[in-house]
Amino acid sequence: MPNEEIPTSVKLSKYTPYFLILPTLAYMVFFIGYPLVQGIMLAFFDEKGRFTLENVNYLLYGPGSLFWDALKYTILLAAVIIPIQVSIAFGLALLFNLRFPGKNASLYTVILPLTISDVAAGLIWYVMLGQYGFFNKILMNLGIISHPIIFFRIKDMEFIAIVITEIWRATAIVFIIIYAGLQMISHEYYEAAEVFGATTWQRFRYIVFPLLLPSLQAALIIRTLFAFQIFGVVWTLAGRDIPVLAGEAYYAQTELLRPGVASLYALIIAGLSIAVGALYIKFFKAKYLEAGM
Amino acid sequence: MSREVLVKKSDIVKYYLRKIIIAGLVAIAVTWVALPFVMTIIYALSDPDQYYDPHIVIPTRYTLEHIHKLIVLGAWNATINSVIVAVLTILFSFAIGLPAGYAFARYAFKGKDSLKLFIVALRMFPMMVIAVPLLVLYFKLGLADTLLGIALAHTAMALPFVILITSGIIAGVPVEYEEAGLVFGLNRIGAFFRITLPLALPGLAAAAIFTFIMSWNEVFIAAVLSFQNRTLPAFILNLIGGATDFIKFAGAFIMVIPALVFVFVAGKYLVRMWGITLK
Repeated sequence: MPNEEIPTSVKLSKYTPYFLILPTLAYMVFFIGYPLVQGIMLAFFDEKGRFTLENVNYLLYGPGSLFWDALKYTILLAAVIIPIQVSIAFGLALLFNLRFPGKNASLYTVILPLTISDVAAGLIWYVMLGQYGFFNKILMNLGIISHPIIFFRIKDMEFIAIVITEIWRATAIVFIIIYAGLQMISHEYYEAAEVFGATTWQRFRYIVFPLLLPSLQAALIIRTLFAFQIFGVVWTLAGRDIPVLAGEAYYAQTELLRPGVASLYALIIAGLSIAVGALYIKFFKAKYLEAGM
Repeated sequence: MSREVLVKKSDIVKYYLRKIIIAGLVAIAVTWVALPFVMTIIYALSDPDQYYDPHIVIPTRYTLEHIHKLIVLGAWNATINSVIVAVLTILFSFAIGLPAGYAFARYAFKGKDSLKLFIVALRMFPMMVIAVPLLVLYFKLGLADTLLGIALAHTAMALPFVILITSGIIAGVPVEYEEAGLVFGLNRIGAFFRITLPLALPGLAAAAIFTFIMSWNEVFIAAVLSFQNRTLPAFILNLIGGATDFIKFAGAFIMVIPALVFVFVAGKYLVRMWGITLK
């Protein structure tokens, strides 16, 4: 290699990382930034580029509008599902942190629902909870119930079916995050605690829990954001009986053929996500400071 | 020998009790997750008479007729479409994301932390927001209802994950190997392709499977962007409105089988990857 080339390559290498990241940024601007701006245009401006509240009006008062119900159910589902998921996932992570035979096979089984789509998860529980589904059949044959429990086409029961399905489907995401966090806690901490005679509860309360808080925070944020996008499970199990924001967006787009209204719904989901994400971060940050971490 | 004497009888009972409780809890967790998969497969293949008999929990007669019906309705084409979209998504997102992942793993540069934070934040952005405006754009570009169009949108969804995973994998290959290559006359590109890439390949393959699953499972964007050329979840979503129960069962069956394959092939890597990307 000729010597005089080296200065140029050194000079260039300063910019190499930017060149490597540039395609990503360009792609993101084009496929996320531009559609986002375009989505706001669709929602708030007419074809001639004039500001209009027509879509807002249609979303709120249009024929068959279920906006408030959709908002209510989206938040209600998240509020019911997430605490249950986090509790189960936390317990499960503590369980899998122990040593027992068949651990890997059990671990892969527990994460299975992560590899299927929400539509598939909905249909799986449609199979399980149907009038002739496994759930009803086994309970009837065991003599626990005399008539099948009907889950579908009854609003409250559909709600329960959605909650069951979501807990089954998405607890694994929370579990994996907490489990990964748990595995990062150094064994030296436990050993130190043991030397000082800490009880199991003390070890959990003063070592595991504080060190796990960042993972817990990440799990909560991710789970909440995904919860606002709930769609496939609801659509397969309940259709519009249980309206949710993403479902209404899909309905406005494909049935009503109103892209402006669909965009508005999508933007509301994005707005909710950003607001809640910011809230969580603020809340948890404050806790850290109090704990002196 | 003398240590055994020190073990009290109550400790032995405690030890076994603990083992039994752990095994019991694990069994409950595994059953809770696995049973719906098993029952879906069984009922999707079940003889209708036996299914509708409330006294038969596990049918004894099986048929492929429901699966066959679903395939006649277009499930096979939809499956092929899903595979094409997922493979295109892997190609695009790796072509664009791998260099960025490499940059994050190997270089120190101004603005690195904020750029990384931006990508971490993007991964949580509700991508369904882009679907409707993208369709408007696609009509102008002639990409509406095309597999390419869906794959381009899925690439936007997958890119943040691909970057985070690949940078993690590349960071796991010792930089000294690459430097040794540079000393012996390779340039940076050569060092990457001849040293780092082969070493990172198993991890990258698993990352590809991860990307495949993400695209394969995405339904909202795919359903909005397509009318005829639907991917499998979009096809099923569109079908189930007026479908019989058995068509729905068959739909669940078709979507579940690949998932089982993925976990058997790459389970270990998938657990680690979710760990990386979701932190």
